[in-house]
Amino acid sequence: MNLIERVIAISRRRSPWICRLNAGSCNGCDIEITPLLSPRYDAEQLGIELHGTPKHADIVLISGTLTLRSREAILDIYAQVPNPKAVVALGSCPSSGNVFAGSPLVLSCSLDTVVPVDVWVPGCPPRPQAILDGIARAAKLLEDGATKSQLAKSRLARSQPESRCGRLS
Amino acid sequence: MNAVWSYLVAIAVWPGLLFAAPLGWLELWFMRKLVARLQGRQGPPFFQPFFDVMKLLGKETVIPRGVSRGIFLALPLVSVAAVTAALAIVPLPGNPVPSLPGDVVLLLYLMEVPVLCEVLAGYVSRSIYGQVAAMREAILSLAYNLPFLVAIIAMAQMAGSFQMRALQEVPYGLVHLLAAVTFLLALPARMKLNPFSIANAEHEIIADSHIEYSGPPLALFKLSHAIEVVLLTELFAVVFIPATPWPLVNLVVYLVAGILVLGGVTLLATTTARLRLTQAFRFYWVWGGLASAITMAATLVR
Ligand code: SF4
Repeated sequence: MNLIERVIAISRRRSPWICRLNAGSCNGCDIEITPLLSPRYDAEQLGIELHGTPKHADIVLISGTLTLRSREAILDIYAQVPNPKAVVALGSCPSSGNVFAGSPLVLSCSLDTVVPVDVWVPGCPPRPQAILDGIARAAKLLEDGATKSQLAKSRLARSQPESRCGRLS
Repeated sequence: MNAVWSYLVAIAVWPGLLFAAPLGWLELWFMRKLVARLQGRQGPPFFQPFFDVMKLLGKETVIPRGVSRGIFLALPLVSVAAVTAALAIVPLPGNPVPSLPGDVVLLLYLMEVPVLCEVLAGYVSRSIYGQVAAMREAILSLAYNLPFLVAIIAMAQMAGSFQMRALQEVPYGLVHLLAAVTFLLALPARMKLNPFSIANAEHEIIADSHIEYSGPPLALFKLSHAIEVVLLTELFAVVFIPATPWPLVNLVVYLVAGILVLGGVTLLATTTARLRLTQAFRFYWVWGGLASAITMAATLVR
């Protein structure tokens, strides 16, 4: 790894820009992101910036239950994030559907079957410290080139699982 | 040193890219840190603007479908080139470029190019938010350019010449103060800071006109903004701060003055909320217009 690549790798850890994606959340998880920008948690110390557009993001925070309608939106927005990128799943909803599992319009399956998730932040909702920790971990993965999308690109990982979670019968 | 070399040195090294980029990052860091401290936060680490740009350089570029590739990629390059060339004209101490008659006009023209690039970037991106941002930027530039241009033109009127060196040598007087105030009126809008951060209102239109940009082109736009901040503050210092016969002292004075001006506009930005476009426009044409009229009147009176 030459010097410039090293500097860029360090910059990926020191400047993670995040973008929120609400996939059908009850808004609890999203509310817990806002304190990160407040004086108490001050995410800017880690170089974290909240951006509205996926084009500027490095890390996508996906919160909420996956619904039939949000699946396409997740795939679309994930595809718009320029590489290298990481995904952080916020709360219990993306992993299991949480209390909404089994509802008619909810995909009762894990977010991992839609897009590759790098860090899971459990909780309902997770505490802001936990979200901050999740972002920091994802940023470290970006530095090491170890996020799932980066690994898939460098062909170190086995082929990605296909998005096999479709409509529930 | 022949003329071509002196231009190359001025654009690439001093006071161009090699000097302006780190200074721009320093000034951006200073502004962000000051905002954070005023809000009771710790703020970003010292190298944050540098890390931001380096990270963007290492990212992929996504070009939206249906967008002309050439112009999409050319706009950030033109923007950086124009601000760097503009900075190379500013007669900072030790600037190797010879002073040309009429370089003030060239400078003012080059300073408009980044604004033009932003407007075009918004329209080219085919994003509705980008287009709204571009429209806001274009209208706002019609407003803040009134006091901005008048401040410089009043100084040229005093000097009797459109040459930067002549502007520097005008004997200090009332017009300096009036023109400086007029210039400062335009500064927050030129830097897109509150209360005039209308074109980059992230809460209303998600981002500025670079909304569809990513990777190295976005990094170039960030770099262009950093250099533009240096350009505006140093232009203010060079034109409105009285020069001493010692170049090194001048340099220190200019840099300190630049930081102080930035501190002032940052203070204004943290204590105000965003205006609407019509309010900003009216502000510049009423109060900016009044300041411009008084400044021009003072140049006639002497
Ligand atoms: S994890 Fe809990 S707080 Fe978060 S979206 Fe699901 S139900 Fe709401």
